[in-house]
Amino acid sequence: MDTIQAYSLMCMIRLFEEAIERLFLEGRIMGTAHTCIGQEAVAVGTAAALDARDAMTTTHRGHGHFLARGADPKRVMAELFGRETGYSRGRGGSQMMMDPAIGFFGANGITGGSIPFAAGVALDAKLRDTGRVTVCFFGDGASNQGVFHETLNLAALWKLPVLFVVENNGYAMSTPTARGLANPHIADRASAYGITGVSVDGNDFFAVRDGVAQHAAACRAGQGPVLLECVTYRLSGHSRGDPRVYRSREEEAAAWENDPILRLETHLKVDGTLTDDAAKTLREKAQACVDDAIRFAESSPLPDSASLQEDLFA
Amino acid sequence: MRSVTFTQLIRETLAAELRRDPSVFLMGEDIGVYGGSFGVTRGLIDEFGPERIRDTPISEQALTGVAIGAAVAGQRPVIEIMFMDFITLAVDQLVNMAAKLHPIYGRPCPLVIRTPPGGGRGYGATHSQSLERLFAGVPGIKIAAPSNATDASALLQTAIRDNNSVLFLEHKLLYPQRFDVEDDLPTPLPFGFARVAREGEDLTIVAWSHQAFVAERAAAQLATEGIDAEVIDLRTLCPLDIDTLAESARRTGRVMILEEGPKTGGFAAEIAAQIMEHAHEYLEKPVRRIAGADFPIPSAKNLEAACLPAYDNILALAREWMG
Repeated sequence: MDTIQAYSLMCMIRLFEEAIERLFLEGRIMGTAHTCIGQEAVAVGTAAALDARDAMTTTHRGHGHFLARGADPKRVMAELFGRETGYSRGRGGSQMMMDPAIGFFGANGITGGSIPFAAGVALDAKLRDTGRVTVCFFGDGASNQGVFHETLNLAALWKLPVLFVVENNGYAMSTPTARGLANPHIADRASAYGITGVSVDGNDFFAVRDGVAQHAAACRAGQGPVLLECVTYRLSGHSRGDPRVYRSREEEAAAWENDPILRLETHLKVDGTLTDDAAKTLREKAQACVDDAIRFAESSPLPDSASLQEDLFA
Repeated sequence: MRSVTFTQLIRETLAAELRRDPSVFLMGEDIGVYGGSFGVTRGLIDEFGPERIRDTPISEQALTGVAIGAAVAGQRPVIEIMFMDFITLAVDQLVNMAAKLHPIYGRPCPLVIRTPPGGGRGYGATHSQSLERLFAGVPGIKIAAPSNATDASALLQTAIRDNNSVLFLEHKLLYPQRFDVEDDLPTPLPFGFARVAREGEDLTIVAWSHQAFVAERAAAQLATEGIDAEVIDLRTLCPLDIDTLAESARRTGRVMILEEGPKTGGFAAEIAAQIMEHAHEYLEKPVRRIAGADFPIPSAKNLEAACLPAYDNILALAREWMG
C-alpha cells in the first residue's frame, strides 16, 4: 500500500463513518455503532505494514480496521443495515463481523474480549509455523480488563507472534484516561511482562506504519509479543447519541487541528506526492465508494428468519 | 472385556484423539508433568510433549479465549478447567465468544472444555458446584454429561471431532469408579441420544452425569422391592433427547428428575417443563425433582450430605408413588 492508497483509504473510512452517523440520525439503520473518526491513521498505518498472511482482531470500534484490512465496504454496510449480504448475514451488526479469508478475526463487542482470541490465532501460527503475525487492537479502556494482563503474561511466556496495538484515544466511553488509568502511559505496562512497550503518535500515519512494521518483524522473528501504544483521539462521540458532556467543544476543536487525514494530506502535498486537484478526486472516489455501499445495502434482501435455527450449530 | 477406571478411559481416549489428529492439543493448568488435578492427563506429556499437552498460567479467561482463537484459526483445542467452579472465570469467553461463533459469524469453533463438577468430596463451596445450568440457557454451546466410562469415551470422541464448542462434564466422583469396557475404545456416539439405562414400566427416573450412576443403583434396589423403574441417562443436555423422555413419561406416567445442583433454577426444571409440554395428559403424578439444596455446598461431611440430593429420597418417592 503506497501513501496515496493509504490517503484514499483513510478518506473512505472517514466518509464511511460519517455516513453511518448520518444514517442513524435519519433512522435508516438501527441498533448501535461506534465510529472511529479521528483514528484512521492507526487502522490504515497498521494495515499498510502487514503481509497478506497476517491476521487482525478488532474492537467494538472496528469498521476502520476491517475496511483497512480489505473488507468489502458494501458488505460491511449491508451488515449495519441488517441484510443477508452483510458479513454476518445480518446476525452480527456493527461489532460482530469476521472474514478469516483476509486474516480478519473481528471482535465480539465485549471490551477486551478479543485480546485472548488474538493470542489464540497467534498460537495457531506458532504451532503451524506459518510466519503469521497477529495484530490485536484494543482501547485504553480494555487495558484495564483483567484478561489484558492474563493474555500479555501468557503471550510473553510462550513468545507468541502477536502485536498488541492499544489505541489510546483518550476516553473509555466518557471516562478520560486521567480518571481511568493509574499510569496513563499504557506502553509502560509491557515492562511488567518483560516485553517491549513503545508509544507512537497514533495520528501520524508514518509513525504507526513504521512502528508496526518494526515490531511485527520482531514478532515474526520469534522474539515474542510487543505492546505498541498509538496515542490518538476519538473525534466522534462514543456511540450514536453521545452528547459529549464530558469534554469541551474547545478541546475537540483543538483535536481537529491534529486530524490524521489532514496531517497526511499536508505531508503529501508538501513532498509533492499529492496536488489539491488529485486530493479532491480521491475524496470524490471515496465518497462514491461509500454511496455505492449504501445503495448495495439498502437494495439487499432482509435475512430470512425461518433459517435461523439451522445456523445454531456447525 | 476389561475393567478400567473412568479416569483411565478418558486418558486413553485423549491419547487416541491426539494420535489421530495433529490439530488436537490439550491445554490447562497443571496438566503436563503433574498430570492434572485429578490425574486424567498423567503421562500424556511423555508421548505428546509440552507443545500439545500445554500447561498454562492460572488464567482461566485467557486460556479459554486463546483456545477459542486457536480453534477458529484451525486447531482443535481440548482445554481442562480444573474444577467446574473455576469456569466462572471463563464465562465471558464462552458465553460471548464461543457460543456466538457459528450462529452469529457462521464460523466453526471446534473446542472442548473438560471440567469436573460435583460434590461428595468435602472440597467446599467453591470446588463442588454443578454449574451446567449456567450454560444450558446459552444457545450455541453443547453439553455432554456422561455417567460411565464407555459413554464418556464415545462422547468425548464426538466432542473433539465436533465443529462446535462442547462443555464436557466429568463428575469427580466418577473418576475413580471402575467400569467393565471393551478392549478397544468405543465408536463415537452422536449427541442428543439418551441412554435407557434400565427399562421399566412403573416410573421414570431421569438423570445425567453422576446422578444417572446413582439412579441405576436406586432402580436396582427398587426392583428387589417389586418396583419397576425406568432409568434414562441423558448423556447430553444440549442437544436434549426430549423424544425419549416424552415417550417414557407417556408410558410410565410418573417422572422424577435427579439433579445434583440446587433445585431452584436448575436444568431439572427445564426438563419438567418440556415433559409437561409433550406428555402432561399422560401423567399419573406431577413431575417431581430430587435435587440439591438451595444453599452453597458446605465443607463438613454431614452438612455437605444435607445439601446434595439424597439417595434415600429417590427410594422414598418411588415407594410413595407405588405403595
